[in-house]
Amino acid sequence: MSREAVLLAIRRGLRRGPLPPDQAMALRARLDGHPRHVIPARSRLDRDGQVALFAANVEREFGTVIRVDDAAAVPAAVADWLAAQNLPSAAAIAPHPELRAIPWADRPLLRLREGRAEASDQVAIQHGFAGIAETGTLMLPSAPERPTTLNLLAEAAVVILRAARVVGAYEEAWDLLRAELGAMPRNVMLVTGPSRSADIEQALELGAHGPRRLCVVLVGAG
Amino acid sequence: MQTATSSAFKTNAHAALGDAGLQKALARSGSSFIARRAAAAAALPEFEALRDEARAIKDHTLAHLDFYLEAFADKVEAAGGQVHVCADAAEARAVVLEICRAAGARTVTKGKSMISEELGINDHLEANGITPVETDLGEYILQLRHETPSHIIAPAFHLNREDWEASFRAAHTDLPAERVFRERRDILVEARTKLREKFLAADVGITGANFLIAETGSSVIVTNEGNGDLTQTLPRVHIALSSIEKVVPTLEDCTSLLRVLARSATGQEFSVYTTFSTGARRQGDLDGPEAYHVVIVDNGRSNMLGGEFQPMLRCIRCAACMNHCPVYGAVGGHAYGWVYPGPMGSVLTPALIGVDQAGLLPGASTFCGKCESVCPVRIPLPGLMRHWREREFERHLTPAAQRRNLALWAFVAKRPALYRALTRAGAFGLRLMAGKRGRFRHLPLAGGWTAGRDLPAPEGETFFARYAREQRGRAP
Repeated sequence: MSREAVLLAIRRGLRRGPLPPDQAMALRARLDGHPRHVIPARSRLDRDGQVALFAANVEREFGTVIRVDDAAAVPAAVADWLAAQNLPSAAAIAPHPELRAIPWADRPLLRLREGRAEASDQVAIQHGFAGIAETGTLMLPSAPERPTTLNLLAEAAVVILRAARVVGAYEEAWDLLRAELGAMPRNVMLVTGPSRSADIEQALELGAHGPRRLCVVLVGAG
Repeated sequence: MQTATSSAFKTNAHAALGDAGLQKALARSGSSFIARRAAAAAALPEFEALRDEARAIKDHTLAHLDFYLEAFADKVEAAGGQVHVCADAAEARAVVLEICRAAGARTVTKGKSMISEELGINDHLEANGITPVETDLGEYILQLRHETPSHIIAPAFHLNREDWEASFRAAHTDLPAERVFRERRDILVEARTKLREKFLAADVGITGANFLIAETGSSVIVTNEGNGDLTQTLPRVHIALSSIEKVVPTLEDCTSLLRVLARSATGQEFSVYTTFSTGARRQGDLDGPEAYHVVIVDNGRSNMLGGEFQPMLRCIRCAACMNHCPVYGAVGGHAYGWVYPGPMGSVLTPALIGVDQAGLLPGASTFCGKCESVCPVRIPLPGLMRHWREREFERHLTPAAQRRNLALWAFVAKRPALYRALTRAGAFGLRLMAGKRGRFRHLPLAGGWTAGRDLPAPEGETFFARYAREQRGRAP
């Protein structure tokens, strides 16, 4: 392996040896302190404003947003949306405690299977960790209770997100992740709208390899 | 590895100008990228400030590249992954093959990666009995057609819908021959179905990396299709390919760069999937790869550090420079003859394969400056191309006739009285020769110009003479 040789070549280019300890310490402090840079002003709004901006941006990126008052209203919202989209009422669902607390039994026609998504799944229901108002982006970190395949494999992805989890800028979502999950999860997806491609004649088509439809169910008030 | 034909740029460009299909594709797509980037930049008041910051973040990282690469490697290893630092393409190919062999791989899915093109991963795997499958829609059709990308973010930029249909009919012979492609969507659906089987069967997934993050040991990919994510999530082994300059310090640094990346590239505010991968499957995880490798290759880049070409290592591969380039817009990407086309390619290619091979590329510029004006990390691309022209001249790689003419011009330009006398005589003479038409259909030594259009004749007065006259006419 050429690790040492490459490091040496880099230092030769930079015309110096390994960094002196005080400089290395300053860089380590920068890594630990991870300072923020310019953050666009657009997401500096009150809570309601941030939730509204998040919803508007998801829709701008061809996603759907359904707002409900509480967890009790989620099963009906999901079932009705699936029916309206002509999608089956069977889905793979994240084994997350917050999703288990939803009274799915109120809609007995919804057939849910906890676990990761399989290739045959038409619909996947994921737990949203955070929403980022700046661009209508979902933050979906992997965990045993939040499998990554649920974000990817199905024809339609439904994400259940508490409105209180909407933040303004990406940086705020990173801080939430650091505070609540500690170490970086194996996989963190930032998802902005449904899958798409413009590879054929630079014309946008939705539904490339990931979900063709993305529905965010926003629960409660901001 | 792709054989470079950059030294045949003139022949390549000539062929490209006569290629009706390519010209159709260029005419269709050229303006849309420009309009979308302009709209995205206008919609974000902080965009110019973010560009300054993006440049500063990259400069800071490059000045401490050894430190951040080591910090990154430590973090990857702490998260249970492996880092392989490789000096050149041959070493990187060998490492990738070894990982695939150790995994008993038969097929490998791939996310779009320009470094993979640079290293020639596909040919090497294929030669060793492992089947690589490109999964990005554009890369997929290029693999079917045995072509290379003509654009760094829109690899099939040069193809038209009829090309897609023909290639799919030729490749997917198990589907009914009489099927009809009514719209672009039908092509997309067929590719999605075909590639689903490949995603599920693959043993190893290879992606590139838009960024490596030292703080967390993460590799980051940015895609719209979701193919890169399926590639790095479904197989047992994930290999992220990267070059040394992709590392950035923190999530915050990466975030600032991401804010300018998609806007500069496709004009999106953010790409659909921006994914951070850190190590292998964790305790209790229901999916994700069991092994995670990052292959980091130098391949000539450390030579650019500390010299005049270091700013090129700030490049985040958004393609704004080629989208705005009149030369790229006229001849497309393949004419450049190697992996990286457009202005960024004209600077990077000579550094990676040699100015003797690629010296024509920095010459193929009008120096209009559009590329620098849209670069999200403010790389002075025309200035760097000028440096290459100087190097080429110093090394006596420029053709003899060009050197003679430059020497002649320099002799005259350094003698103002002679320069003015000659230009005065030239302007006067040309006006006489042009007569009433005021333009030339043919002119000795200017055949290259007049073959395609008339040459307007000078009006008979030089700039200096006119300037002096108008100064005299002004009130003191």
